[in-house]
Amino acid sequence: MRSAPDDATETLAGLAIFADLSRPELERVAHSLEERYFAKDERVLREGLSGSAFYIILEGEAVVIAGTTRVNTLRRGDFFGEISVLLGEAPVADVVAVHPLRCLVLPGQLLQEFLQTNPRVCYRILVAEARKLANATRGRG
Amino acid sequence: MGSGPGGLQISYSLSRLGVRHAVISADESAGGMFRRWPFFQRLLSWTKPYAPFERGTREYERYDWNSLLPIEREHAALMTTIMDGSSYYPSRPEMERNLATFAERTGVAVRFGCRWTATRRDGDRWVLETTDGEFRCQVPVFAVGVSQPWRPQIPGIEDVPHYADTRPAETYAGRRVFIIGKENSGFELATGLLQWAKQIVLASPSPAKLSINTRSLVGVRARYVQPYEDHVLAGGVIVLDASIERIERREGHFHVHTRKADAASDLVFEVDDVIAATGFTSPIQDLPNLGVATVGRNKLPAQTPFWESSTVPGVYFGGTIHQASPGLRKHGIPSNSGGVNGHRYNGRILARHIAAKHFEVSPERPVISRAELVSFLLTEATNAPELWHQKAYLARVIVRDDKRGIVDDGVQPLQHVLDTGGANSVAITLEENAAGEIYPVLYTCRDGATSEHPLPTNALHDFRTSEHEKAVIAAVEGVLL
Repeated sequence: MRSAPDDATETLAGLAIFADLSRPELERVAHSLEERYFAKDERVLREGLSGSAFYIILEGEAVVIAGTTRVNTLRRGDFFGEISVLLGEAPVADVVAVHPLRCLVLPGQLLQEFLQTNPRVCYRILVAEARKLANATRGRG
Repeated sequence: MGSGPGGLQISYSLSRLGVRHAVISADESAGGMFRRWPFFQRLLSWTKPYAPFERGTREYERYDWNSLLPIEREHAALMTTIMDGSSYYPSRPEMERNLATFAERTGVAVRFGCRWTATRRDGDRWVLETTDGEFRCQVPVFAVGVSQPWRPQIPGIEDVPHYADTRPAETYAGRRVFIIGKENSGFELATGLLQWAKQIVLASPSPAKLSINTRSLVGVRARYVQPYEDHVLAGGVIVLDASIERIERREGHFHVHTRKADAASDLVFEVDDVIAATGFTSPIQDLPNLGVATVGRNKLPAQTPFWESSTVPGVYFGGTIHQASPGLRKHGIPSNSGGVNGHRYNGRILARHIAAKHFEVSPERPVISRAELVSFLLTEATNAPELWHQKAYLARVIVRDDKRGIVDDGVQPLQHVLDTGGANSVAITLEENAAGEIYPVLYTCRDGATSEHPLPTNALHDFRTSEHEKAVIAAVEGVLL
């Protein structure tokens, strides 16, 4: 999709982390997030750089690169950047677009308020984090 | 394309670099959106006639958000020579005159009344179809503004006038006015209608942001906060956080159905006028059909750090469209590329980039002595207008050149600097954290590895201290020294 979506609310409604929100809530969320476009090979998150943000992928594909190793692939509905924002530390990996990427972005300092205002989104994010942790633990086992 | 501040600055800068080009504009005179707006005839961007630096100096530009940037000192700070002294915000006609005077005095030649209608590729050339025939070029730059009315998809909104169609203020006397949108254009109208309207409602789904809280140009500017104060003091203005479900036109009035995010029931307003202060998009014609990707609610072209289409190489943008090349947005602070004070610098850098990349014009790169380096960097951090107007977006770049030594590589987009790496280099910019502290940051690139070095803040924003000198020496040692 070359063109930005006509209805941001419709787009949000299709993402798992926003599945529990009513239409007015989706509209409010759509107004608080900004859409960004990243060309293929463009860096989205930069290892070691302060002041980053929380990203939710609308379309496209990105990879997480720690050092020189690809550690994960991210697609529509996935989110990233929350760990460095929540911990107040610079990201420990790069995230790079491998296909043109559209994301919704929330500046880091607004994440806490966003999660507190939208507890159902917060719960969905928590479930996703638990799944990541379980997979990582299994991987180590 | 375009004869607003963006087009004029880029044309001027290309001329001084010796790049042949043509400027066309659908308008009949220079000035772009300032030929019509702001509706209530006074700008939001200031020019201080009296400032800590002399008018016409580079340092003075920090205090003058409205003048374009010539090399010749006699054409600098033009805005100050045109304002009547009644306000540090120029009036709309003064701003229009400022831009037209710049074009006239610096010799920017524009073919007015020439509307770009379509675009196509012919071998290695771009062909621009216009009402005056076809233009062929190696590099098109579209500085066509963000002034085409945009409306969200709300049932019934097609019957509602846009901000652009607002009537003279007195025609709203004694009427109930519902304004959709809580950004600057909505609050501007509300401010201007306070003395006329019987009732004013401002509504949109998310709460109004105020610039003094966001610490950026995102948010309602202080000048337009009066309706908000009226609201919080229960003076009668209603500022509502609710989605607009639908608008019904009845005989002589409207019913606006709204719904708050946390309530199940609709709240219906019966009003005499509805105005969609819902923002603007850019008239980029057929560019999306040629593959130009767009981004965001108002579908501006997605751009690289050098303001080139992210998807169609060789297509560049100018002026306020640069707001869709957001840079790093560190700590959430946006660039000022949506305003003249920001994009005038982008325009100068873009001209230099186009000249070097497409026309083999090598920009000047002066040598800096080792003894001057630290002082040079800290003076830039303290006084460089580019860094103050475009925090974490533009950076002064110093590189180590094997033959010439330490070289000033000019002001560049910070994101470009961080993503290219290469030679040993240092970039200095200004940043602002969530606590509102402004401080210089050095980015060093050593053997391909980039590091970030935040320097201490300073209450007076003067970074020429021994503490800062020590921090700079520690950061650049082994990179440039």
